Parts: sequence; C-alpha cells; structure tokens
Amino acid sequence: MFDHGKVEKNLGLMLVLVLLAISIGGLIEIVPMFFIKGTVEDVKTPEGIKMVRPYSPLENRGRDIYIREGCYLCHSQMIRPFRDEAMRYGHYSLAAESQYDHPFQWGSKRTGPDLARVGKKYSNEWQVQHLIAPRSMVPESVMPNYPWLMQPLDTSDVAERMSVLRMTGVPYSSNQAEYDNNVKDFGAEVAKTLHIPDAQKNLIEQAQTGQFDGNPADVTEMDALVAYLQVLGTMVDFSKFDNDSFVKFR
Amino acid sequence: MSQGNSQESKVQTTGHVWDGDLQELNNPLPAWWLWCFYATIIFSVVYWVAYPAWPLGKGFTTGVATITYKNDKGVEKTTHWNTRALLMKDLQDGREKQKPYFDKVAATPYEQIARNPELSNFVASAGKVLFADNCAACHMSGGQGKMAFAPNLTDDSWIYGGTHDKIQASITNGRHGIMPAKGGANLDEGEIESLANYVLSLSGEQMDAAKIKSGDELFHGKGVCFSCHGVDGKGNQDIGSANLTDKIWLWADVPAQNSAEKKVAAVKAVIASGLNKGVMPAWNSRLSADQIKLLTVYVHDVLGGGSQK
Repeated sequence: MFDHGKVEKNLGLMLVLVLLAISIGGLIEIVPMFFIKGTVEDVKTPEGIKMVRPYSPLENRGRDIYIREGCYLCHSQMIRPFRDEAMRYGHYSLAAESQYDHPFQWGSKRTGPDLARVGKKYSNEWQVQHLIAPRSMVPESVMPNYPWLMQPLDTSDVAERMSVLRMTGVPYSSNQAEYDNNVKDFGAEVAKTLHIPDAQKNLIEQAQTGQFDGNPADVTEMDALVAYLQVLGTMVDFSKFDNDSFVKFR
Repeated sequence: MSQGNSQESKVQTTGHVWDGDLQELNNPLPAWWLWCFYATIIFSVVYWVAYPAWPLGKGFTTGVATITYKNDKGVEKTTHWNTRALLMKDLQDGREKQKPYFDKVAATPYEQIARNPELSNFVASAGKVLFADNCAACHMSGGQGKMAFAPNLTDDSWIYGGTHDKIQASITNGRHGIMPAKGGANLDEGEIESLANYVLSLSGEQMDAAKIKSGDELFHGKGVCFSCHGVDGKGNQDIGSANLTDKIWLWADVPAQNSAEKKVAAVKAVIASGLNKGVMPAWNSRLSADQIKLLTVYVHDVLGGGSQK
C-alpha cells in the first residue's frame, strides 16, 4: 500500500514526484504537436520551392536589434484566426512563418499593433522616420523614440550568429553540400544569402542596395531593423492559395 | 478551548496525533463544490466527443462537431470543427452582411455614389476604418498629409490627378516620385540659387529680379526643368510632376520659413539633391478591388478634395 508518509519524509522523492505531476499538463499538450502531421504547414510554390525561408544576414541582425530594443514587449507577431484581426492585419499567422524564429516573437501583449504582416505595408522612409520620432508620423502614438538606430551596425559577428542559429536547426549552410541542398529547397538566389561564409559580404551588399535608411553609403542598425520589418509576413504569397487553403492543416 | 473540543467531536480526523492531543481535521468537501467538479468531468467527456481533443499518432480525434463554410471561390466545404474553419464561416457571414452594400458600391458609377444617401453613409463609415488602418499612417488621420512626406488629400491640388480614376490608380498600383538631382555636375551653386528664386517667383513670392531672369532661362534651357514641370511650371499629372505656380509645397517646407533666404535654401536643397522618395505602396496585394473602390470614393468625396476632371 502506498504511504504518503514516505513522500513527505523524503525530500528528493517529493521533488521528483512534484516535477512529474506539474509537467503532465504541459507534456500531453505539447509533445503530440511534434508528431501530428500539419502542425507546421507545408508552404511551397507550384515549382516545389519553400516559400518561408530563413532570414538573410541583414534581416537576421535586424531581428536581433528588434529583440535588443524590446519591441516584443509592446508588439505581437501573431495574427489569430479571428475576423477582426483578419480585417485589420491580414491572413492569420501560419506556424510555418515562424519556423525559423529562435526564439519566436509571437509576443503576448499589444500596446502597439501586431507586426506579423507589417512588411511592405509602409515605405522604408516611413519606417525610418517613424522609428526615429514616432509622433512625427502618428501624433497619438505612445511609442518611444529610437534615434540611436542610425548608429553603424556591427557586422563582424554575423557569421557566428548564423552558426548558432544553424545549431538550433535553421538551414543556414556552412559547406557545399548544405548549400546545394538550400538551392534545391529555396532556389539559388535565396541559397546565396543563407551561406554562412559569405554572410558579412551579403549583409553589406543588401544594406547598400536596399535603400533601407535612405543612405547607401553606410550600414546602420536602422538598415538592419527596417530590412527585418519589411520582410515580416511577406514570404508566403497568399494570392497563390484559396483563402481556406490552410484550414486542412487543423 | 471548550469550543475547540466541541468542533473536534463533530469533524472527522485523519487519525494523525502529535504530542498526545494535536489532531489533523479532515473536513469533507462542500456538496455544491463536489457536484460542480463532477459536472466539469462530464463536460470534458462531451467536449472530447464534440471537438478535436486527443492526439493519436500523426493525427488526432477530430470530434463530431462540423463547420460548413464557403471559401472565396464559392466552393462549399464541411470540415471538423476548428478555429480556422470557424474564421472562414465568420468571414463569410460578415461578407454576406456587407455584400449588398459592396455590390451596390461596385455597381454604382462613381459620380452617383455621393448622391445616394444610403451608399454615401456606408462609404463614410467603412471608408473611415479602411483609411485609418491603411492610409492614415502617412496621410494623417484626417487626410491632411504631412510636409516633406505625404501630400494633403483634402485640398484641390493633386500630384497624380484627383479624379476617381486617377485616385483609384494611385491606390491600386502605388506611386514613386522621382526628380533627378540638379546639383553637382549639372548646375553650379549660383545657377541653383537663380532657379530657386525663379521657382519661388512662380507662386508669387517677391524675389530678386536679376536672379528670376537667369533662373527663367535655366528653367527653360540648361536645367531642362520645363520637360517635366511644363513650360508654364504648372506640372503634369500624368508623370506626377508638381505644379510650381500654386502656393502648395510638399517637399520644400517653404511656408515654415520666415525669410526669403530660408525659403530659397529650402527650394535649393530639393533642386540640388533631387527626390527619390514619396513612395506610396501598391495596395492591390493587401486590399480587395471592392475595398479600393470604397477608399477611392472616401478620398474623393468624404475627404472632399476630389476633382471632376
């Protein structure tokens, strides 16, 4: 017969049993998701190219700045499948769209609007002006000013940052075989931007041709952050799908 | 103490006794609480049967509840209950409620919408929401625009044209204004100064007569400004070149300058470095044709700056 006196008098055993008891709820809700087909949607072009790709080196640095500045504290990146959100923000977020986000930026609070599909909604110029002085664009905004984003971007460690993400399963390539695989999955253009040995070169090239902060001469944190914001939610071309195409995954 | 003893006699104990008389009471759960608890257990069983619940290998129990909806191609589908299908149903219901109005807006020629009180009310309220979500970020919530950023939509001056068709084209495909830089190799400092004086004189500013004269020659000659802004400086809405003869400024903040020198400096800066901004995104990928038509009417008639020709 089980005697709870044994548990009460044995701290080690109690600790193990408490951990077991409180993890049951999480385990039975989370673990099956790793096995259920369709948790992460398969989103491909008719030619079989994956629409959702890992971030380019510049976008990746922009994402780091997004996290550094704590943008996620006020902005979510998760459009839920509700009519009001669909009307305001667009198509609900797919799991596939944050599959390369480590950690994901879904957030849990909206002091500002959701940013999951902010990409291409405003011009680069608007984003720059708005980040430096939000109230100059939206008088009623409570967002802080971020004028220091115009400082030069440290690009020296971008390859290391990508290598770490590679360890978590993001398919950045570090050798020819992985590169060839990326060409097959994402197409040659994208595969080039995912190659870790060329990361710094690719970053500078994208910053200079992209006109993100309006000044092609130098690479600033603003370049990186705007590049990141402008790609959010734009990878999946929903015009290629019926509006109910992603119902079947649930 | 006597009270404690009397309670002790009524309530069960766990049977543990410390120090001779310290006992642990074992109060039974209140009946109402217990029955609520049983009810939640019964509810969970009903829920498991009705809705997606238990994982099974690569799939899960989908439940017996279903949702029937029509997708945007009009194909009717029935599927097990899930939030994405529920959204399809909600969107469809919402569309059906708004459909009579959107159909009327789509079927009614632009000029007649403003004359129909029912339709213009719909445009004013639905357009306001669309405008706030999509346009107000640059053109400001009342459409008054922003100096050196986005044009005023409420006045009579239009860069790309203020007719319904032109407004619709601007919203659908976006705009990107470009003016070549005239500084550097093209014109020297003095020439740009003269041009700025001439351009300011076009809108009635009192400027230096000699500089106006040489600026006039540059405008119609070496500077080739006339090729876009027209010989009379009135601009061309087909290519989006600004009318320089009115007092409305977008890129050079002339109205804010309190001296002739500062006004010249503001205009010079634009002439010297040109313009490669004023990007309006294309909205056809974000908004439906119905919504764009509604916004067109909103900008033209509700904001009130629209022109007939």
